[in-house]
Amino acid sequence: MGSLFRSEEMTLCQLFLQSEAAYACVSELGELGLVQFRDLNPDVNAFQRKFVNEVRRCDEMERKLRYLEKEIRRDGIPMLEIPGECPEAPQPREMIDLEATFEKLENELREVNQNAEALKRNYLELTELKHILRKTQVFFDEHEGGANTTESMTRALISDDPNRHMGHVQLGLRDKQESLEFLPCFVAGVILRERIPAFERMLWRACRGNVFLRQAEIDTPLEDPSSSDQVYKSVFIIFFQGDQLKTRVKKICEGFRATLYPCPESPADRREMAMGVMTRIEDLNTVLGQTQDHRHRVLVAAAKNIKNWFVKVRKIKAIYHTLNLFNLDVTQKCLIAECWVPALDMETIQLALRRGTERSGSSVPPILNRMETIEDPPTYNRTNKFTSAFQHLIYAYGVATYREVNPAPYTVITFPFLFAVMFGDLGHGAIMAAFGFWMCYKEKPLQAKKIDSEIWNIFFGGRYIILLMGLFSMYTGLIYNDIFSKSLNIFGSSWRNNYDGSTLQSNQLLQLNPDSNDYLQYPYPFGIDPVWQLAEANKIIFMNGYKMKISIIIGVFHMLFGVCLSLWNHLYFKRRISIYVEFIPQILFLSLLFFYMVLLMFIKWTTYGATPGHFGSQDPDIVKTSAFCAPSILITFINMMLFKHDKNTRPQCDDFMFSGQMFIQKLFVIVALLCVPIMLFGKPYFIMREQKQRARQGHQPVEGNAENGTAGGAPVPASGHHDEEITEVFIHQAIHTIEFVLGSVSHTASYLRLWALSLAHAQLAEVAWNMLLRKGLMSNDYQGGIFLYVVFAGWAAISVSILVLMEGLSAFLHTLRLHWVEFQSKFYGGEGYLFQPFSFEIILDSAGQAEE
Amino acid sequence: MGCKLCGPKLSLCGLVLSVWGIIQLTLMGVFYYIRAVALLEDLPFDEKNPPHSIEDFVIEVEKGYTLNAQNCWIAALLYLITLVVSGHQFWLNNRSSVSM
Repeated sequence: MGSLFRSEEMTLCQLFLQSEAAYACVSELGELGLVQFRDLNPDVNAFQRKFVNEVRRCDEMERKLRYLEKEIRRDGIPMLEIPGECPEAPQPREMIDLEATFEKLENELREVNQNAEALKRNYLELTELKHILRKTQVFFDEHEGGANTTESMTRALISDDPNRHMGHVQLGLRDKQESLEFLPCFVAGVILRERIPAFERMLWRACRGNVFLRQAEIDTPLEDPSSSDQVYKSVFIIFFQGDQLKTRVKKICEGFRATLYPCPESPADRREMAMGVMTRIEDLNTVLGQTQDHRHRVLVAAAKNIKNWFVKVRKIKAIYHTLNLFNLDVTQKCLIAECWVPALDMETIQLALRRGTERSGSSVPPILNRMETIEDPPTYNRTNKFTSAFQHLIYAYGVATYREVNPAPYTVITFPFLFAVMFGDLGHGAIMAAFGFWMCYKEKPLQAKKIDSEIWNIFFGGRYIILLMGLFSMYTGLIYNDIFSKSLNIFGSSWRNNYDGSTLQSNQLLQLNPDSNDYLQYPYPFGIDPVWQLAEANKIIFMNGYKMKISIIIGVFHMLFGVCLSLWNHLYFKRRISIYVEFIPQILFLSLLFFYMVLLMFIKWTTYGATPGHFGSQDPDIVKTSAFCAPSILITFINMMLFKHDKNTRPQCDDFMFSGQMFIQKLFVIVALLCVPIMLFGKPYFIMREQKQRARQGHQPVEGNAENGTAGGAPVPASGHHDEEITEVFIHQAIHTIEFVLGSVSHTASYLRLWALSLAHAQLAEVAWNMLLRKGLMSNDYQGGIFLYVVFAGWAAISVSILVLMEGLSAFLHTLRLHWVEFQSKFYGGEGYLFQPFSFEIILDSAGQAEE
Repeated sequence: MGCKLCGPKLSLCGLVLSVWGIIQLTLMGVFYYIRAVALLEDLPFDEKNPPHSIEDFVIEVEKGYTLNAQNCWIAALLYLITLVVSGHQFWLNNRSSVSM
């Protein structure tokens, strides 16, 4: 039990499956998702395995399905997905049916597509021809009146570009006889619009200016049948003379992939042809429509089932993949598998196997056999939707060593709390909590929506963390008495103003002295007194002192807790030596130095202050306990480390906070320093001594193992060559000790980030209020309301984007660091590997994601 | 009925903003009305001729508190209108997406 505190107990099992029952059994196990199979033939490559044929068939089916899906997407047909209904893995014999269905569908679709493409190509040609006829008609019509076409054509040339074709001009106009002999031929065609300039230049150069090109753009885009893109094209008509030029022009046209169409010379022919083309286009349109309809019908029918089919095929494939991991028995009658199984789930797995056998109709029950192993089992922490997010934060650092203390349950509370210390603001916390609450409340519909934006998925995955962070921030916001940088005076401030009118009028800054009747001598019941919001001169100084001390106190407790958790690890793994030479010196070191500092803070808070009834008294006893004599904790602590003592500069005050302080401090530092060599040499010494004993008494490997464990990843020294091993232990222990000793100093300081971020957040919130919202509150008349309306929107946008999102992110990252480095380094190895069960759910999820 | 002016995201944004605006501005109005000291720094002041006596100052501050309370409520009212408009838009968007 207690699966939340450490990972599940795992057992390695051997599974004997009858060949005919294997498929059904594995399918049942996949539905269950509690078994991790091991590859029993790692040397065999993928093509030499037993079920490679089946896997290949599944791949083929999947390819066909993807083709279908692509076509369905192209037509924008919605694919039905029935939530909650997931088809079981089909029987192996169903595979043939499925294959046949997909084959038929694919062929049908391909045929339809081919036909459609041919039709479309035809259609394109006709449309182009239509455009050619229409456009060339314009060329010819522009110069109507000539008796024959050639003449009108020549005229068209002349009028169009007299300079370039001066020679023709004269010929054409002057002498009709000649112009008839001079019979220009022409070709007409269609070309991509962007190729026109190059085409023109090429023609000009290749034919030395002896051809004449006219072109007109086709306004409507045409559909390219092979890629179904919309392309723009132009109609061109080229006039030239002679056969040589003709071949040349034709070659150039070919080179530029222009399509040439026959264009009759006489207007009557052209008209006739145009009519013919129009009727053919209409016919084609109807045929095309019918083809599209047919295609659509096929796809709609497929769309109904496609998700279902995908699931089925993927399940079959997953099963065969798994079967490929198994070993074949010599008799070929049964398959042997090895798998990791959570010890608690043996019963459920047995039941699933029995179900599988029944389904396959086999008479021989499968055998599940426990195996002894020295291998490290995988780490498996059972989570629910609430704890999984926190568990993932831990896994992101490293998967716990098998059966190690799991920090996740503590993280559930400490994570939002440390975050909130940095993010303390009632207003911003409320926004965050509202967002988190909405995501938790609408969990099911949002989950069903399957939004595949990555950022959204991160937020949604952490919805419980966000909700808790928001709620905790509201609490710390109340403690700091900050709501959008303003304070709430709920219980009534404990401070009073006792200055009279004239003093108030003549002074810029006045002090309220706590050592007088200005302070009622009892604190504000909850959190910071709201009066501090108005103390512009020393609010930050006061808050800094308070928040720094709070950060250190929280940090020291957090680290002490981490060290205490290491005791549980030592106890569980039976590392008795580690308790004496690691845990105890560590906790002594930490508490004698840093916990003592925390105690000093509490002593300072409780000892020094005003004495009611004796305000401003010069009585030495009272002065000694007044705020005047309060020492600096930081200086005291530094002096303690240096064994130094400064005389108090204020002669009225005591040198020490309590009697015997100097002696206690010296003792503490010496004891703490003595802990260091114990940490450094203790463990190697014990290991060495044990080895010597063993060498004297002969081998006792089992006992030695239990004594030393494999603490901190240090390998158990094998007696064969222990000289090298012992140096390794020394080095490892030295690193570990230095890390801890230096770490406890730097980690304590590191917790000051709680204060720094909290200060930054409070200041930023104040800046946002003062620079934006205050501007809306400064107008002298009622138009201010409208102005405020606008300014509020801007302030709200800044608040959400910078203060909640960005500051929230930075506080989140710092909290993560405090957990990973400062907390977990005290006890967490994180050297395990994750339990990855064979589960259809996971396989289908990842396949679905890869697809998108 | 009614024309669709903004898309689903903008209308949702308007909805959230106006709910927030209504809550916060109404409360701020109330706090101004009960003369909350915390809001003293956010009062309109005539910088050029500061009050000469305490009485003048008090009158000035009282005036500021009342004015700001009213301004807050005016802004809250405007957000109420925004709420209605964006709520309507949101409803239109939702309905059209459902009918699709």
